[in-house]
Amino acid sequence: MLRPSTAGKGGSTALLPPTSGIARSRRALADAAFRSLLTGFGLSVIVLVAGMAAQLTQAAMPAIRHFGAAFLWTSRWDPVHNIFGALPFAYGTVASSLLALLLAVPVSLGVAIYLAEIAPAGVSTVLSFVIELLAAIPSVILGLWGIFVLAPWLRASVEVRLGAVLGWFPLFSGPTYGIGLLAGGVILAIMVVPIISSVSREVLKAVPVSQREAMYALGATRWEVIRRAVLPYGRTGIIGAIILGLGRALGETMAVTMVIGNRPQISPSLFQPAYTIAAALANEFTEATTDLYVSALIEMAVVLFIITLLTNAIARWLIWRVARTAPGVSR
Amino acid sequence: MTLKSMTQTRHRRSVLCAVILALVLPILSVGGPARAAGPVTLNGAGATFPYPLYSRWFAEYNRLHPDIRINYQSIGSGGGIAQVQKGTVDFGASDAPLSDDQLKAMGRPIVLIPTVAGSIAMTYNIPGIGTGLRLAPENIADIYMGQITRWNDPRLRADNTTTSLPDLAITVVHRAEGSGTTFHFTSFLSLVSTAWADKVGRGTAVEWPVGIGGKGNEGVAGAVKQTPGALGYVELAYVAQNHLTYAVVKNRDGRWVAPSLSATTAAAAGGAAQIAKTNDVRVSIAYAAGPTTYPIAGFTYLLIPQEQTDDVKGKVIVEFLWWAVHDGQKDAAPLLYAPLPPVLVTIDERLIKGITYQGKALLTER
Repeated sequence: MLRPSTAGKGGSTALLPPTSGIARSRRALADAAFRSLLTGFGLSVIVLVAGMAAQLTQAAMPAIRHFGAAFLWTSRWDPVHNIFGALPFAYGTVASSLLALLLAVPVSLGVAIYLAEIAPAGVSTVLSFVIELLAAIPSVILGLWGIFVLAPWLRASVEVRLGAVLGWFPLFSGPTYGIGLLAGGVILAIMVVPIISSVSREVLKAVPVSQREAMYALGATRWEVIRRAVLPYGRTGIIGAIILGLGRALGETMAVTMVIGNRPQISPSLFQPAYTIAAALANEFTEATTDLYVSALIEMAVVLFIITLLTNAIARWLIWRVARTAPGVSR
Repeated sequence: MTLKSMTQTRHRRSVLCAVILALVLPILSVGGPARAAGPVTLNGAGATFPYPLYSRWFAEYNRLHPDIRINYQSIGSGGGIAQVQKGTVDFGASDAPLSDDQLKAMGRPIVLIPTVAGSIAMTYNIPGIGTGLRLAPENIADIYMGQITRWNDPRLRADNTTTSLPDLAITVVHRAEGSGTTFHFTSFLSLVSTAWADKVGRGTAVEWPVGIGGKGNEGVAGAVKQTPGALGYVELAYVAQNHLTYAVVKNRDGRWVAPSLSATTAAAAGGAAQIAKTNDVRVSIAYAAGPTTYPIAGFTYLLIPQEQTDDVKGKVIVEFLWWAVHDGQKDAAPLLYAPLPPVLVTIDERLIKGITYQGKALLTER
């Protein structure tokens, strides 16, 4: 990508007006300055991330020294007796985000395919606008809606029925509160649908028309074209969109804390309350009075940081894997 | 630990260099000689619970004394304590009184001044049953311990003979975030139940044996409203403003008392009697003695360094405190905080007179 600047000095200079050596060297100087400026911007991101990691780890040191690695797999969170373990929080963070993806990905892909492939232009414009509007709703408003509308509805209509039919299955067992892991997952799903669907739509729109035309020429139906030509071509982009959504879900605080029940426990049931790291940080930081307590909260932030890094690494690896197989070739 | 030693060093240095400070600080803060009546700005930070009242006070005080501005950030008691420790604010505010360890960690004497009292109401959602359910303190503790799990438990029925309590599971709701409300509520539970005191204890956040956490008063109230069978605790003001159901609770004297401002002030008076005895304002006024006291109540405190490092600011602080515990108290009731009982105002007066600059009391002329 950086090549064209050097190429300009060679063959393509014929297209430019003749310039003196001084002007050329001044241009080279400007080029170099511009280049180092941009390099500086690029590096600043790395410095920022490294600085954050270092600062967090340093502030978490008292807790790291006090609890050791057991912090990661113990489940008690007792601020009164200064006993802290992050496992239920890490579990709640991952579980609620995965649940959100499970609910949001099919819907988002459906929306994206509809908008990019099927919907008439007018409908597509209006619908895209509405989806972007959904993304703009402040999370605290979604959270309030979650308490007053979603949770009661989940309790009275969804959880009771699921419990009656599938109550024998641990995932749907136990008392129904409405507020709990399921509500947290649904709220998160609502928040990530706009992200995944709008990015996926752009990805699908970028699939070359020739891809589709080739399939149609072979006598494929619209469904076959979408399944065999469009989706495989956009795979990497769609995975990227999903990861973007996952990132949002992992870090979301306000809406989740209002409906997830904020109880640090690991329960197999979707109906039971859970807790996420981001929510715990937001909730407990202001009133954390002892040094060890504050430090334990910061160590949890480190854990969240690592979870985010890991998911992004996995996503990179997935994209790399997918991209290796030639686009347009379906299994 | 490093913080503590830092604060101590800073403190020692500030004492040694009092002359330099006396020259520099006025220039930094007031922009004039020490005694000049220029504009003074005080900065405070801390508790969120008394914020509505404090912001009213500071606005009111600024109206009375246009050259005095008091900024207050309601960042939470924990933040307030930390800021006082670091010396970045002129005063802090906390709902929970500081423990001996916390006071020691401050590195210098800090005066705790109770400003108003608040109380906490038990709100519930039992279909068909309105305000006035009777809840005995030990039963509240057992519900929050997960020992009483259904509304038709014989122990609950025994106190509510005229009401037919349904066979409905109790969903316990508590505050998710650290809060002064939780501190006062768990202080109350620790006083009425040894099991609670041993296993859970009191704090701005605790390890709840059962229940779901709601974010803020609105989160708890919302969860209770939306869940049949739920029981939660919220600030009195929140109950009154939102017309929530509330329980009548038995006090130490064995009487059933509804949460109200007068019952809270009565509880504060009960606590004041104890303060007079122990000379320590950090008493809990939860479960205080007295026929009309409501048992789930607590003070909120301002944290003031006893030895002020700035003559002008110190004077402004003590003048303001004096005003707050006298004239300021009339602002409390409209905002649903319980005004201090007269005994406690007297105690506060003594505390305020104990605030010094270079060892000399800043407020002497009263």
